[in-house]
Amino acid sequence: MKRLLLLSVAIALAAPALAQEAQSTAPYAYRQLADAAQEARAQRLMETLRCLQCQGQSIADSDAPIAGAMRSLVRERIARGEQPEAIRQWLIERYGDYVSYAPQLTGLTWPLFALPVVLALVAFLLLRRRFTRRKSA
Amino acid sequence: MSAQASPPPPKAPGYMLWLPLGLFIVFAGLLLVGLLRPADRTVTSALVGKAMPQFALPPALPDRPGLRSSALADGKPHLVNIFASWCIPCRVEAPQLGALAKAGVSIEGISVRDTRADLQAFLAQNGNPFQRIGADDDGQVQLALGSSGVPETYVVDGEGVIVYQHIGEIRPEHVDMLLGKLKEAQQ
Repeated sequence: MKRLLLLSVAIALAAPALAQEAQSTAPYAYRQLADAAQEARAQRLMETLRCLQCQGQSIADSDAPIAGAMRSLVRERIARGEQPEAIRQWLIERYGDYVSYAPQLTGLTWPLFALPVVLALVAFLLLRRRFTRRKSA
Repeated sequence: MSAQASPPPPKAPGYMLWLPLGLFIVFAGLLLVGLLRPADRTVTSALVGKAMPQFALPPALPDRPGLRSSALADGKPHLVNIFASWCIPCRVEAPQLGALAKAGVSIEGISVRDTRADLQAFLAQNGNPFQRIGADDDGQVQLALGSSGVPETYVVDGEGVIVYQHIGEIRPEHVDMLLGKLKEAQQ
């Protein structure tokens, strides 16, 4: 009994190991918005923003402190009524296109969007030639 | 429709035989370039060359004022150092910041996600080169500046325009370069 008491006191006193980096203290880093529709909008945006520290992850997935700060930024601005795309633009203005996982249509990226259309058009023309030839034969 | 009845298929031109190998070599070359010279993934601030965003941070310590963006546009260049007591490279750059302060540079600090006690201990141990220290407890000003990590140092000219961003710790070999940037900013 005495040993059990001692053990429980020791457990109560044990301090958790210090994290190497400070946890995010931003208010909405780990707290969802009260309004479910707003939270869903924030979540959709957060899944398409890159964590700047652990660059393969989205800020919705990452536990890095800066990702927490970015989540809080997104949620606070959504709660204030800002449009998700405006928040994305605000971040792109500061960090460049790299911060967004959703590719933007720019002078550099337009071939990405044009190529599927061109390929579909070529496929259509090739198929049409093939089918009309067979019909005439 | 039997095979004998149809005419023989037209012969493909000779280069078609080598095309797959050629494509393979091109792709292998691209992969090799990516392996040997990986892309730089440092995220630089897109605000270099633009005005410092507006912000007002409360004092992080009782003996130093907080930091407002308006204080940076006072006609002389400033260094704005983003740091934290939990950041180990910040300890590495402390002597260099001390040397810059001794050279007469006005250095302003933004402490990110810190506590007063930790900050005081950090400055007592590593020296305090800062004129002002703003407390960015929730990291929002760091995001507004386009900073993606700690430490980072911005050179801001007398009109409050960011002219240079140094990412990572300031090593001894960077001190002269930063003094040069500050001198350029003064003109």
